[in-house]
Amino acid sequence: MRVKAAPVLDSDAIVDDPRTRIIVCCGAGGVGKTTTAAALGLRAAERGRTVVVLTVDPARRLAQSMGLTQLDNVPRRVEGVEGPGELHAMMLDMKRTFDEIIEAHADPERAQQILTNPFYQSLSSSFSGTQEYMAMEKLGQLRRSDEWDLIIVDTPPSRSALDFLDAPERLGRFLDGRFIRLLTAPAKAGGRSAFKLLNAGFGIVAGAMTKVLGAHVLKDIQTFVSALDAVFGGFRQRADQTYRLLQAPGTAFLVVAAPERDAMREASYFVERLAEERMPLAGLVVNRVHRTTATTLSAARSAAAAEELEARGEHELTAAVLRLHSGRMQLAARESREQEHFISAHPTVPVTQVPAMPEDVHDLDGLRQIGELLAQGPRGARVAG
Amino acid sequence: MSARDTDWDGVRLHVVTGKGGTGKTTVAAALALALAAERRKVLLVEVEGRQGIAQVFDIPPLPYEERKIAVAPEGGDVHALAVDPEEAMLEYLEMFYGMRRAGKALTKLGVVDFATTIAPGLRDVLVTGKTSEAVRRRGKNGRRVYDAVVLDAPPTGRITRFLNVTSEVAGLARLGPIKNHADMVRGVVASPETRVHFVTLLEEMPVQETLDGIAELKEARLRPGGIFINMTRPPMFPKTILDAAGKGRFDVGELTLGLKAAGLADGNDAPALAESLAEALAAEVADHARRTSLERRERRTLAGPGLPRYELPLLADGVDLTGLYELAEAMRAQGVA
Repeated sequence: MRVKAAPVLDSDAIVDDPRTRIIVCCGAGGVGKTTTAAALGLRAAERGRTVVVLTVDPARRLAQSMGLTQLDNVPRRVEGVEGPGELHAMMLDMKRTFDEIIEAHADPERAQQILTNPFYQSLSSSFSGTQEYMAMEKLGQLRRSDEWDLIIVDTPPSRSALDFLDAPERLGRFLDGRFIRLLTAPAKAGGRSAFKLLNAGFGIVAGAMTKVLGAHVLKDIQTFVSALDAVFGGFRQRADQTYRLLQAPGTAFLVVAAPERDAMREASYFVERLAEERMPLAGLVVNRVHRTTATTLSAARSAAAAEELEARGEHELTAAVLRLHSGRMQLAARESREQEHFISAHPTVPVTQVPAMPEDVHDLDGLRQIGELLAQGPRGARVAG
Repeated sequence: MSARDTDWDGVRLHVVTGKGGTGKTTVAAALALALAAERRKVLLVEVEGRQGIAQVFDIPPLPYEERKIAVAPEGGDVHALAVDPEEAMLEYLEMFYGMRRAGKALTKLGVVDFATTIAPGLRDVLVTGKTSEAVRRRGKNGRRVYDAVVLDAPPTGRITRFLNVTSEVAGLARLGPIKNHADMVRGVVASPETRVHFVTLLEEMPVQETLDGIAELKEARLRPGGIFINMTRPPMFPKTILDAAGKGRFDVGELTLGLKAAGLADGNDAPALAESLAEALAAEVADHARRTSLERRERRTLAGPGLPRYELPLLADGVDLTGLYELAEAMRAQGVA
């Protein structure tokens, strides 16, 4: 059942290294990214780091497991951490984060103008793109504040796991782009219609936009962008900054997966994409791995013995136990195969596994246990199964 | 079209949602097969650009074009469509305004990119709009082209926002064409012909998300459909045995005897071998017992909302085409279609 020769991911070495300042947990939805982030955060704190975990997943249970009644946009200290470090946790409130950027950079009047703009209001509370952008923005803020020596962040449950890399760039590109420049022209030209000043090609486009969106939408966007533009220079520049922060050597990307086809496939995409973007990949965490204790008894032999007992009408209980074992061995074999596909394609990526737990994590002890299993690597998973 | 005696007669749009990892796409695909059985025509739509349908049916990636991908039990066709928001936007421009060329120009300026990825709700209006159009489409004979449309929708956490398009675009467009389009979508999505089904596993987080999702949906005055409990396993032991095993009182002695009888502990050190094997297997039974009792609790929780519940078996060999048909049959046997 051993997953064939992949290097072992040593999570303790990563969290113990003072040069590690940011850990990003990414991967498909439903693979336990948030739990991994929290468990790693607790482990790092108990090993002496001052940690903040930034989550975008509003799972109440996770907040409860850290003894917090709620998670919000302000880091809260988690009680019950054993050892020298500190653990703080917070949940991204994207609208609040966006509002804060505006408030911090604009004079009160202009801030008010932006905050009440209908276009801004939808943009700042929408799920598409803004969440990813704000998660990265928050990460940048936390890093610049220098209050924590380790920031652990999980990525938004996007349509595609890659969105958080693309969205800031996309938002920046659009807001700094030609189209927006043209749209904001009237504000700069003293309120005259931009469209009269522009060439015929753009006239067609503007006409189309007005038809499709309606004139007032265009106007809202214009007001919003010109107000924002005057406030601080360039969304794109900010997006670029965050992007460079992610490429810096103090950042470690952990790809989180479950031993299932879709999740492993997504993990592969992720690893390739991170390499393309020259983002520092630390390794792969495979959650929810099913392990058996009686590895000497194969699935086939177990099933055959069960069949034999059933045919003889003897030892009904033993037959059922053997059936159960056979099923578990099959599942373990299938999970190993799914992981081997990944390992064959990415033989140098360090891997660790966390066994499937019968129950979800409810408290710090549960998180602590996951942190230990993470640190033990694939061998730990085998024993604990 | 004659009515069948099933739980969802008269439903034209089946929206399938679920937490990531619960098998949402697989269930949507099997549901499409089940609904298409007995010479019906069903369209299966995906909207997240993941090519999930192509993967479960093991076919090449789908273009933005409706095409037949499978034949249902006892005749019937499943067609599929992967909605691409950019294409949907260009199509929308062309269909309503005859502006293919302007669409191209908009693409160049990054407007389409903006509209489909960043503008709040616009992307959702475009993809639900395309789906609603397919639901309402009629052929020359005046009949609906599709007997049913199955939508492989975004995950539970996003589903209400996704479907609640009118309020999503409210900030963006209070009047005008986008608003009208959103109103058309709302008409379809909020009609009694539409139901939202939830896919879950018997685990705490997906079950909790299902309950939260149902509550949110009702608050937005949309209609929940059924709960599909995926990847269930048949009971392997009587409850008394599981209760004992859960409390660490499993009869290892009896198991040791059984293993010897089955010839699994032969040779010189047979007694020791049988005993250690029995211990290891007993640990597996105890683990299984804990899971089973958790599953029982989650099953009770799922009964709370009072929606129809369907159980779908865990496919031993993973999801393949055979598995999809197996799930479709399980759905039909339980009155889903």
